[in-house]
Amino acid sequence: MTPHPRKIWALHLAVIGVLLALHWVLPAYHHTNLARIMVMSVFAMGYNIAFGYTGLLSLGHALLFAAGMYGAGLGGQYLHLSALPTALLGTLAGAVMAALIGALALRTKGVSFMIVTLMFAQAGYLSILYFGAVTGGDEGLVVRPEARVLAGLDLAADTPRYLLAWALFGLAMVGNLALIRAPFGRVMVAMRENEDRSRMLGYDPYRTKLIVMVASGLYAGAAGAMFGLMFGYVGASFATIQYSILPMLWVLMGGAGVVLGPFIGTLLMFYLIDISSSYTTANLFVVGIALLVLVLFAPRGLLGLVRDRWLPWLP
Amino acid sequence: MAALTLLQTRGLTRHFGGLRAVDGVDFDLRADEIHALIGPNGAGKTTFVGLLSGRILAQSGSITFDGRNISRLPAHARVAIGIAYTFQITSIYAALSVFDNVALAVQRRGARDLRRETMAALARVGLEGFAAKVAGTLAYGHQRLLEIAMGLALKPRLLILDEPTQGLANSEIESFKTLIQSLVPQTTVLLIEHNMDVVMDLADRITVLNFGRVLAQGTPAEIQANAAVQSAYLGADHVGA
Repeated sequence: MTPHPRKIWALHLAVIGVLLALHWVLPAYHHTNLARIMVMSVFAMGYNIAFGYTGLLSLGHALLFAAGMYGAGLGGQYLHLSALPTALLGTLAGAVMAALIGALALRTKGVSFMIVTLMFAQAGYLSILYFGAVTGGDEGLVVRPEARVLAGLDLAADTPRYLLAWALFGLAMVGNLALIRAPFGRVMVAMRENEDRSRMLGYDPYRTKLIVMVASGLYAGAAGAMFGLMFGYVGASFATIQYSILPMLWVLMGGAGVVLGPFIGTLLMFYLIDISSSYTTANLFVVGIALLVLVLFAPRGLLGLVRDRWLPWLP
Repeated sequence: MAALTLLQTRGLTRHFGGLRAVDGVDFDLRADEIHALIGPNGAGKTTFVGLLSGRILAQSGSITFDGRNISRLPAHARVAIGIAYTFQITSIYAALSVFDNVALAVQRRGARDLRRETMAALARVGLEGFAAKVAGTLAYGHQRLLEIAMGLALKPRLLILDEPTQGLANSEIESFKTLIQSLVPQTTVLLIEHNMDVVMDLADRITVLNFGRVLAQGTPAEIQANAAVQSAYLGADHVGA
């Protein structure tokens, strides 16, 4: 029950608007950074849909991101598709991969779910290496320049890259907001809060969670595909465990179960590493301290804290 | 058959290791009645309604609801055909608003105007003033009422209540009785209850379980007069009341 629909939409559209305006303001270095952050935020938003709203703690989202990336990359490489179909192919690959993993992993819960998703992701990573002749192995593939032209815009150039990242981000955020404000969004939260109760209100936990996994895979796949196309590289390093942990950290830092949380978390973590590494090589030490401070003073993430203290209507 | 049978079990059985929690129960529930399930602690009452609602699967025997065998139907699908269950230990969404708790039930059965119907369901148990509150902050008695409101909001054909008056104040029990009486004939009610005053006032018929088996079944007057029930359960002060 949110009696503030106008306020909510105004806030989120304002964030999207500011990000568009920054396109004309930012210096080149931060301009590229922000494009990267926006695409990674889409990945984190997908993670937030599963983890933050539905309580599905997956350790295998790297595989969904990689499915999107390789779906797009291999589509461009071997099927000679142009950027739009490859992007769609990658997005679809993320969703299909999520459906396959979800169908099996969702038979488990809690720690078992974490382990099963982790194992699938590791199996996926090793498969990418094993089929190196096709995937490029640990060297990866450089996306052909022709495959990086989307609707006449060359993604290798700064302006179209930023604008497409922004468009994907805006679409993802509006979709996310609409999803969690729909009746289904209430059921997602219900599964997180009390699965047994939800079952006895007539909701099938398995079905609900499988739909959520597919939605989450759609986001991860779209982000992976766009990231590969934007930066022209598809590599196995994006399928490693690190890329399963990162979206979780971004979400936890920004605020799990808050629509703006993934973006804030991704932005902060990116610049935390960026700034600290200009002073010290022990930049992960700084990240560790930041996470400790977070756990101590804002265990629900930054926007979780904001919601608890000041803005209870924040979705 | 005089009255329509809404739900029927034959030889319903569930053992937990050596414990015969429910042991070959034949049970008939008439449509439109308020039926009380009583028995000493550990008699198998909660397991029995768990089997009916699908939270526990039966080992053997059958459950028929409205002429359809539902023995293998998962719990959420039983809710969809009209069997609602409220928990013995209050099970609400403590972190969500009171409104959202009931809205989840209302939207499951499909509502044209979610807000209005949710508020109406809350008003039925007198919680309409608490809609915006976080459910976990309600007083215990109000949480029990919220649990019942969620069951009612599903507009079930059969409402199963597991010790609904536990922890309610006397004044709350009175309004609870009025509420339950207002449900029939649209809804059939099966309740597990320890408060004998509530049972005697509300129930059209009573089934007594003991050691997982049906000890007796009948009207409140018949149950009170039953010697086996008296020795097993009721105690002297109810005899001849």
